[in-house]
Parts: sequence; structure tokens; C-alpha cells
Amino acid sequence: MSQRILVSTRKGLFTIERRARWTIAKVDFLANNSPMALADARNGYLYAAFSHGHFGSKLHRSTDGGKTWREIAVPAYPAVPEGAPPELDMWGKPLPTTLQLIWSLEAGGPDQPGRLWCGTIPGGLFRSNDHGDSWELVRTLWDHPSRKKWMGGGADWPGIHSLCVDPRDSRRVSLGVSSGGVWLTEDDGATWRCRADGMRAAYLPPEQAYEPNAQDPHRLVQCRAAPEVYWVQHHNGIFHCGNDLERWEEIKNPHFSTFGFGVAVHPKDPKTAWFVPGVSDEQRVAVEGQVVVTRTRDGGQTFEVLRRGLPQEHAYDLTFRHALEVDETGDRLVFGTTTGSLFVSDDQGDNWHCVSTHLPPIYCTRFVPAV
Amino acid sequence: MKQRQSHQFRLEMTFRLAHFLGPAMAKITFTQAIQRHVACPPTEAEGRTVREVLEQVFAGNPLARGYVLDEQGALRKHMLVFVGGQQIGDRTGLSDAVPPEAEVFVMQALSGG
Repeated sequence: MSQRILVSTRKGLFTIERRARWTIAKVDFLANNSPMALADARNGYLYAAFSHGHFGSKLHRSTDGGKTWREIAVPAYPAVPEGAPPELDMWGKPLPTTLQLIWSLEAGGPDQPGRLWCGTIPGGLFRSNDHGDSWELVRTLWDHPSRKKWMGGGADWPGIHSLCVDPRDSRRVSLGVSSGGVWLTEDDGATWRCRADGMRAAYLPPEQAYEPNAQDPHRLVQCRAAPEVYWVQHHNGIFHCGNDLERWEEIKNPHFSTFGFGVAVHPKDPKTAWFVPGVSDEQRVAVEGQVVVTRTRDGGQTFEVLRRGLPQEHAYDLTFRHALEVDETGDRLVFGTTTGSLFVSDDQGDNWHCVSTHLPPIYCTRFVPAV
Repeated sequence: MKQRQSHQFRLEMTFRLAHFLGPAMAKITFTQAIQRHVACPPTEAEGRTVREVLEQVFAGNPLARGYVLDEQGALRKHMLVFVGGQQIGDRTGLSDAVPPEAEVFVMQALSGG
């Protein structure tokens, strides 16, 4: 069971450790905005992304468990030929030709030791084969005609926020786009297909509501033990797929909100998944001022509402898409909120321990696997 | 217009004189705010334009490049460059002239957060 957690926040990278109790062990890069972190289970390397207001996006890597960090390369969009007309987005605005945000970062499979995948705003997917020392834009996806129809969700520009490397085959990678549906490659990025059939966008006119490439999955996760099963927390609900991205089904929960950003699936039990709901698109706060986690154990037929150890009055926390995670055992969970609260559970969410209520706004939580 | 032509004429004469006398270096100073991320001590560099001067600085300090310029080579949105006390006009091409021994300041715009 993982004993360390990396927490990327608006104001630095925090390391949480399990001692007598969960403790804030240290903060690195204090005051720097960190949208994303990664703990690579293959070699123990740690990565932290930063978004400096003036100085752009940066990546740092630690090969000694976080004792020291070194700045490495960031994904760079290719040079635009002089005089080339700008690409226009779906609203007619020029799409940036520069990196706006590092929004997702995942390790490749064990058979691809240096491989990292990086999803960015404004929509570029990048690949590294040398632990992030260099990056290349995956042109097959960037040049796909459907990519140009992606739209910004909450951000001004579209972005890739979720990357799932298939445990059966490292060349099979799926990704989630806000807003551009779910995409799959089965040949290490040579070809791509949109795989969001069955998803429904309540924010589009009825005739476009089922357009796969217009869906806004907030977060996509894949079950390790049953990789044909995926879960999505979508902009307007929860979706489940049990057939290798052939078709999605909407999961209804008549008893509680299904709006939110994060989702975690049990690594050994594809029917168990967790969510941290908010009220709705229009009211992005905890329901009735009470922070809760919802859990299904039967593939979405029923949900439990888990509250033990979580604030139940005048709490307005929202949990962002990368700030809910389950560890490799499926027993330990962590989530962090926009108002700087961090909660850990050792029993699949039955009981929660509050680590802090006054961290900076939390963007990403990552269990650090023991290597 | 006449004044502008006269200004350019003087600049050109200055460059020719500088070429005749040998290189005269511009002095480049970076904002304090950048120093906590990447060391950018005051330095000197040759060049007739902001682009040439900055590229010479970055040749010796490659990590600093991405903090000041984006991957298309344009000045980052919230960065400013002053030459001889005047803010440069060409943020994309960095073609503004740098007279010999000019002082170049690489600054950040103020912002919240």
C-alpha cells in the first residue's frame, strides 16, 4: 500500500506521508502553480509540471524520490511557417500555436521504459521516449480533421486531460478530451479513432447531442484488472463502458447528483468506482454544503453516499478532475479540493481522515508507488 | 516622416561607426522575478536587433530562453523588453534596433494571483 502522496496545488508541490498519521512531510516549489504531477511506478521517477504566469509551462523531474529536482524539456508546438494563416477554433478565434497548459502526464508501459505521454491545452498530444528529455507532437492526432472540431470546455481552448495506457498492450492508449470525446489508438499513435458512441451532451441541441467528437468527458479511467471496462465522469453525468470502448451507457443516480469532475475505478474490481459530486454545472460547489463521496459497487446500478470524516456543514469544496485517486490495492483513496482540503481513506471510502483544510487549491493527487 | 528618416539615418551611421570601431556590446538586465526559476545575471551581448542580442544571451544560457520567449520565438504574453528606456514594438519578430552600448531590460508585466 502506498505510503506517500504527491499533491499538486496552486502554490506548490506537497508531499504527504503516512507516519503515525498522514502528515505534510514537505513542500517543494513553494508558491509555484503546479497543475500536474506523476509518480512513475516503473522506476520511481517523479515529475511535476508548472504553469508560471509570466514564464510559461515547465517540467521538473526527480530521480531520487523527490530529494532533488531538475528542469527538463517541455512539449513544444512545431514552428508555424511564416505567413501561414492561423487555424481558427470553432468560434472563429485563432487557436494558439504554443503550449498553454500541461494537463495530463502518464507513464508508458513497462515494455517502453522511457515513454511518457503528455496531454496539453490547446489539444496537442506529446510523446517522449527519454523520460521527458525531449518531446514530439503526435502529428497523427493533431492533423486528424476531427481534432480541429474540438472545443474548449471550461478553458478557452480544448485539451487532453486523461490518458490510459492499456495494461494488456502499451500501444493501446485511450484519452479524454474536453471537449472532443474519447479517442483510442491501437498502434502506438499511428492511427486514431473517436470512441464516444453512446455519450450524450445535454449542452448541445438535440440533433447534435450524441455527436461523439463533441462530448465533454471530464475524466476517463480504465480498470487495471478488467481493462475492457472504462468509467467517465462527464460534464452532464456518469458514463460506463464494459466493451473496450465500443459503446458507452449513461449511469443514472436518481438519489444524488452525478455532476462532478473526478472518478476513480477500483484496480481489481471494475464494478466499484468513486465520484466526488458537486451540485451542477451552474453551481460548482458541494451539495447542500456537505462534502461527500459516492461509491458504486455494482457497476452503477446503485450508489452509496459516503460522509464519515468529511465536513457536513458550510463546506463548499469542489474536487477537480485529477484530484481523486485510488492506490494500487484499491483500499486507499485520496482527494483534494479547490478550497485546500485533503482527505485520505484506508477502507475504500467508508471512513475519511482529514489531512488539512488549508492547503492551496488542489489540482492533482498521486499515490507514489513503492518501487 | 522626415524626423523618422533622420533617426534611422543616425542609427545606420552609428552602426557603421560601431562596425569600424569594433563590437560595442549591449547591456542586458533581467527581472528579479525570473531569478528564482533560472539564474539570469546581467550580461553583455552583441547584436543589431533585440532578436540578435537575446539569441546571443540564450546561446550561453539556453534554459532562460523558454522563460522569455515561447516556442514560436515570440516574447511571452506577460513579458516586456525595453531598449534604451523604450518598450519594444515588435513582440513577435523582435526586430527593434539595439544601438551599440544600449541598455536592454527584460521585465515582467505586473499581474495578480
